[in-house]
Amino acid sequence: MTNLEIKHIAGASVPIQGNDIDTDRIIPARFLKEITFEHMGNYLFHDERMAPDGSQTDHPLNLPKFKGASIMIVGNNFGCGSSREHAAQAVLRYGIKAIIGESYSEIFSGNCKNIGIPTLIVTPIIQKALTKMALAFPDAPLHIDLETLTLTTSGNTYPISLPKEWQHAFLNGTWNATYTLKANIALIKQKDQELPY
Amino acid sequence: MLQNTILKNNMPTTMSQHTLYDKVWDTHKVTTLATGQDQLFIGLHLIHEVTTPQAFSSLKESDSKVIFPHRTFATVDHIIPTASQARPYQDAQAEAMASALEKNVKEFGIRFFDISTAKQGIVHVIGPELGLTRPGMTIACGDSHTSTHGAFGSLAFGIGTSEVQMVLETQTLALKRLKVRRISVTGNLQKGVYAKDVILKIIQTLGVKGGIGYAYEFGGPVIDAMSMEERMTICNMSIEGGARIGYINPDETTYAYIQNREFAPKGPVFDQQKKYWESIKSDLNAVYDDTVVINGNDLTPMVTWGITPGQAIGVNDNIPSLDDFDKDDQSTVEHAYRYMGFTPKSPIKGTPINVAFIGSCTNSRISDLREAAKILKNKTIHPNVRALVVPGSQQVKRQAEAEGLHEIFKAAGADWREAGCSMCLAMNPDRLVGNEICASTSNRNFMGRQGSSTGRTILMSPAMVAAAAIEGCITDVREYL
Ligand code: SF4
Repeated sequence: MTNLEIKHIAGASVPIQGNDIDTDRIIPARFLKEITFEHMGNYLFHDERMAPDGSQTDHPLNLPKFKGASIMIVGNNFGCGSSREHAAQAVLRYGIKAIIGESYSEIFSGNCKNIGIPTLIVTPIIQKALTKMALAFPDAPLHIDLETLTLTTSGNTYPISLPKEWQHAFLNGTWNATYTLKANIALIKQKDQELPY
Repeated sequence: MLQNTILKNNMPTTMSQHTLYDKVWDTHKVTTLATGQDQLFIGLHLIHEVTTPQAFSSLKESDSKVIFPHRTFATVDHIIPTASQARPYQDAQAEAMASALEKNVKEFGIRFFDISTAKQGIVHVIGPELGLTRPGMTIACGDSHTSTHGAFGSLAFGIGTSEVQMVLETQTLALKRLKVRRISVTGNLQKGVYAKDVILKIIQTLGVKGGIGYAYEFGGPVIDAMSMEERMTICNMSIEGGARIGYINPDETTYAYIQNREFAPKGPVFDQQKKYWESIKSDLNAVYDDTVVINGNDLTPMVTWGITPGQAIGVNDNIPSLDDFDKDDQSTVEHAYRYMGFTPKSPIKGTPINVAFIGSCTNSRISDLREAAKILKNKTIHPNVRALVVPGSQQVKRQAEAEGLHEIFKAAGADWREAGCSMCLAMNPDRLVGNEICASTSNRNFMGRQGSSTGRTILMSPAMVAAAAIEGCITDVREYL
C-alpha cells in the first residue's frame, strides 16, 4: 500500500478566483450521463471555459500560462452544491494533485480525499498572496509537505491545514477507506444485529 | 446498544444533555479507526442511476459483494424523461444509464422501485412515502439532498460515489462527528408564508457556508407545527446552507406519518420502535455548539435574486446593493448581478418570467401541489409563460389525479408530467433555453443549473411560482389569498 502514501506534492499552480463555486460550475449535469469517470477531465469548468458561441473564454484553465499546473488555488466554500463525485474526478483527471483554498463544501472535500486529492486550507491572507503570486509567476513551483503541513514557494514557507484524520490517511495511504472499513467485518456484522431496526 | 440508549433516556433529564445527533451517532458507531475517525454503520442506503454505475463497476472489478443487500433500495429519477417514461429513452446515454442500474440491482439483489412498480419517484420523495425513512436511522445516498430524510429525526447525508461503494461493500463509512447548531423558529407564520420561505430566510441569514462543519437541528414552535412534508422542505435545503445534515426531533406528527406506510413496522413492532424513536430525541437541556433564533412572525414570502440560495430577499424588498455585503462576498454578488441581468436597489417584484417549474425533492409532494392548485384554480397562466408541474413520485401523481389537481393545472395551461427530477437539474429533456428566467420551486439557483449555461433561476415556494405563472412576473402570492 506504500505507493498510495501521499507526503509531498509539487507543481505549478492555477488560481480559480471567486467564492461559492458550485459543483454545477465545476461540471455541468449533462456530463454526468456517462457511466464511467474516464472522460471527466475534459469537462472541468466546461461551460465557463466555453462561450455560448463555442469560442474559448479567458478562464484560467484556457490560458497557456497555466497549462500543466497541478495545484489549484481556490476561495471560500469551493465545491458547494451537489454530491457528484464527478466534480472531484474532473479535477483529478484534469491533472490536479492538490487544492489550496479558504474553505470547502464537506461533501466535495470528502470526495477529493477519497480519490487522493488533499483539499488544504490556508488563511485568507495567504490565499490572496498565493493567488497574486500565481498570476504574476505562473511557473513558480509550490512544494506542499503534508508531514509538516507547510507550503513553500519562492523561498517563503506558509502554514497549511488539513483535518488531522485526513493528514493521517494521506501519510499512511489509507485515503480510500474501503480496506480499513473492511478489516472490521466482524464488528460490522455484530452492529447489523444490534441495531434497533 | 438500544437498551443503553433507552436506559440513558429514562434517567432524570437533568442528567442527560445529549442531542439526537449524539445518540444516533453512538448507536451506529462500529469502532474508532486509526485515523481518529469513527466507523459509522449506515442503516439505510438509497441509490439512484447517476451516482452508482462507477461504484458497481469497481465492485465487479474487485469481485466484491454487497454486504447487506436488503439495506439498499434503488430508484430512477434524474435522467428519466417526464413527458413520457416509455422505454427505450430517446437519449441513448440516459437509456444506457437506466440499463446499467437495472443490471446492477439484479446482479446484486437490490430492491428497485422502477416504473413498473408504480412506486418510482425522486429518491427523497419515495423514501419517506414508502415508510423506509424512519427516526433514529443513519441514511446515506449518493445525493446531497439526502438531508431531506432528517425531517424524521434521522442522520441523513449525501455521499460521493466512492462512498457509495464503501456502503455497498461494508455498510459503513469513515466519518468525523459534526458540531450541532440548534435553529429555533419562533412565533407563527403569516398566511402566504411557507416552509420554503422559512428555509430561504435561514440560509440568507446564516449564509451558504454558515453550516460547514455543522449538523442543523431545526426546532421551535413554527417547526413543531409543521406537517412532515413541510419539515422535509426545511431539511432538504440544509445542504444549501452548507450543512451536510439537517434534522428535526421526531414527535407524534412524525409517528402518525409513518404509521401504515408500506415498509413501516406494523402492530406491536411499531410500538416497540416508537420507544426507540422517543429515546433518541434531543434531551430538553441538550448542549449545542451553537444556537440561532429566527422570528417566524417577521417572515414574508422569499425569492432569490442571485446565483446562490443565500442571495434571497423578501418579495417586496429591493435587490441589495454591493455595500450590503462583506468585502469577501462582493465578487460573488457582482457576478450575480451580471449573470442575472439585475440592477442593485431595484425591486424584484414585477420581474418577467418565461418558465414556471413546480417540482423537485424540495416541493413536489402532494401538499405542495395542493397549495399551487389553490392559486391556479380557475386562473389562466400568462401567455408568455411555459409552466410545468412535475409530481415527485408516481404515488404523488396518482393522489393528485384522484383529487383532480391535474385538471386544475391543465385548465390553467400548465403541463402535467410524469414523476422525476425534471428541470431541477436538466439531465433529462426538461431544460431552460438561452437566458430564460424560471420561477422555480427547486433548491438551486446556480448558474446553468437548469440546463442552459445562461439560464436564470429564481427560487420560491409553490404558491409563489403559481402566482408568478399567472401574472407572468414575480408577484406577492398574498394578493391571491
Ligand atoms: S429533484 Fe433536484 S435536487 Fe432533488 S434529487 Fe433530483 S436533481 Fe437532486
